[in-house]
Amino acid sequence: MTAAARSPRRSSAAIGVGRTRLPLRGFYLVLLAFLYLPILLLFLFAFSANRGLTFPIQGLTFDRFASVLENRQMLTAARNSLLVAVMAATAATALGLAVGVAATRLRFAGRGLLVGLAAAPLLIPYVVLAVGLFLMFTLLDVPRGIFTVAAAHSVIALPYATLILLARLLGLDPALEDAAMDLGASYPTTLRKVILPLLGPSLISAWLTCFIVSFDEIAIANLLAGRDATFPVFLYGQLRFAGQVPVLVAMAVLLLIGTLLLTILAQQIRSRD
Amino acid sequence: MLGRRGALAYLAVPPYLWLLGLFVLPLLVVVAVSLQPASGRIDFGAGWPSTNQYAHLADTPVYFRQLALSLAMAVGIAVTATLLAYPLAYFLAFRARERAGAFLILLLLPFATSFLLRIMAWKLLLGRDGAINWLLTTTGIATEPSTLLIYSRAAVIITLIYVWIPFAALPIYAALQRIDRSHLEAAADLGAGPWTRFFRVTVPLSLPGVLATLFMVFIPTVGEYVTPVLVGGPEGVMYGQLVQDFFTRAGNWPLGSALAVVMLLTTLALAAAAVKLIDLRRLA
Repeated sequence: MTAAARSPRRSSAAIGVGRTRLPLRGFYLVLLAFLYLPILLLFLFAFSANRGLTFPIQGLTFDRFASVLENRQMLTAARNSLLVAVMAATAATALGLAVGVAATRLRFAGRGLLVGLAAAPLLIPYVVLAVGLFLMFTLLDVPRGIFTVAAAHSVIALPYATLILLARLLGLDPALEDAAMDLGASYPTTLRKVILPLLGPSLISAWLTCFIVSFDEIAIANLLAGRDATFPVFLYGQLRFAGQVPVLVAMAVLLLIGTLLLTILAQQIRSRD
Repeated sequence: MLGRRGALAYLAVPPYLWLLGLFVLPLLVVVAVSLQPASGRIDFGAGWPSTNQYAHLADTPVYFRQLALSLAMAVGIAVTATLLAYPLAYFLAFRARERAGAFLILLLLPFATSFLLRIMAWKLLLGRDGAINWLLTTTGIATEPSTLLIYSRAAVIITLIYVWIPFAALPIYAALQRIDRSHLEAAADLGAGPWTRFFRVTVPLSLPGVLATLFMVFIPTVGEYVTPVLVGGPEGVMYGQLVQDFFTRAGNWPLGSALAVVMLLTTLALAAAAVKLIDLRRLA
């Protein structure tokens, strides 16, 4: 939050905007508890000595975390997810940057269509796209695996990258580029030396957002992963075996710590921008 | 030396090709396969295009009942999640002041937890050996654990609302933040009370965010199949599950494609209708 955004709120608060004293903070806290309680309860089971997900909890143990390291399939799935998310986030951010720069700096016939297309994956149920890609890859004899999942994820992450970068690019003064070019820089040099550094934080935040979108995605990965199960796909396959669940939860706790750090980082970078 | 126009033209080409190849083309392939005469795998043999699959769909009312039910569930979930998220967003935008950033992160953290695990968390609460049943039986309110809580349509609805709330608050929060506070001051100066200001100024100005939220929840919910599988049981089946099953279990791709096309068109038509409706009301 910038100081500029805060100050008008102060003055409006003085004239009594929101003088109706509804317990909004209470509502927020109750909903927050509603959001956190089930997750915290689930996390208890990473430390529970019970065989499955049953109450009451009989004792506490760290064994599950040791089992995580022995479960090769699970580690492979986690590695697949990581690879897919890195590839998808990198592709989506690069393409989103291209869309953003082209759309804000150049008037061309297909400009509106390009932005519309880049945002369109938000508007269709993922299962439809999943089915389409599944059929297309089958027709083209492309073997399913981490690359097909990454390609699909780059498409569903593209709207997020485009919207984040577009918002930032609209706020940049085009005169900066004119100045660089008047001083003799070619346009690619201008992009590299002027625009990219200014976009830095937005690029990082777009990449992290895309990473999270991909890392947690299941509907598409389930159809396109083939034998390279990603972590959500692996999890989905294992959930029906109750005895497995505590180990899965332990793995998820480990992964969560990673995602949490990423989310906080993304949010911090965006709010500083 | 590459000029500006040249460089920008090069920039627009890769995303265009990427989206045509990996977004537009697959959707066209679904349509093409749905027009296949025979069932089974892909086979563009004699008789293509044919409306066989759609004729079969039209003869099977259970698909339409399922689609209508899934759409109704998605609308209900989107509306409820939006209604619950609005006060949250309002609190963050108008009341939380300098702590808004921290409160926002707190709200978003659950969303960073694996989607599947958040669903599992509800299974843990509602399941036969879950927390609620354990509480009910140990306190003596119930003599026997109930299986009614889980594997029902209600369980699917509650779980999905739970999953969407943090996400739903974001577009509304963004819209509320953009509201120029001087409009509210002007309304106050002209004698509008707090409720009048809220319903005549704040709500109309936040409508774009509300609309964005409704779509961002509605569209993925229509195609959901993971939640119904995990907590819905036979009663909580949703349309997305039927589509998915034709590709994984049943292995009837043309019929699955036809189901997918129907879902896509219905979703887009409803979205377009909603945009029209709300635009008209804003003009009035």
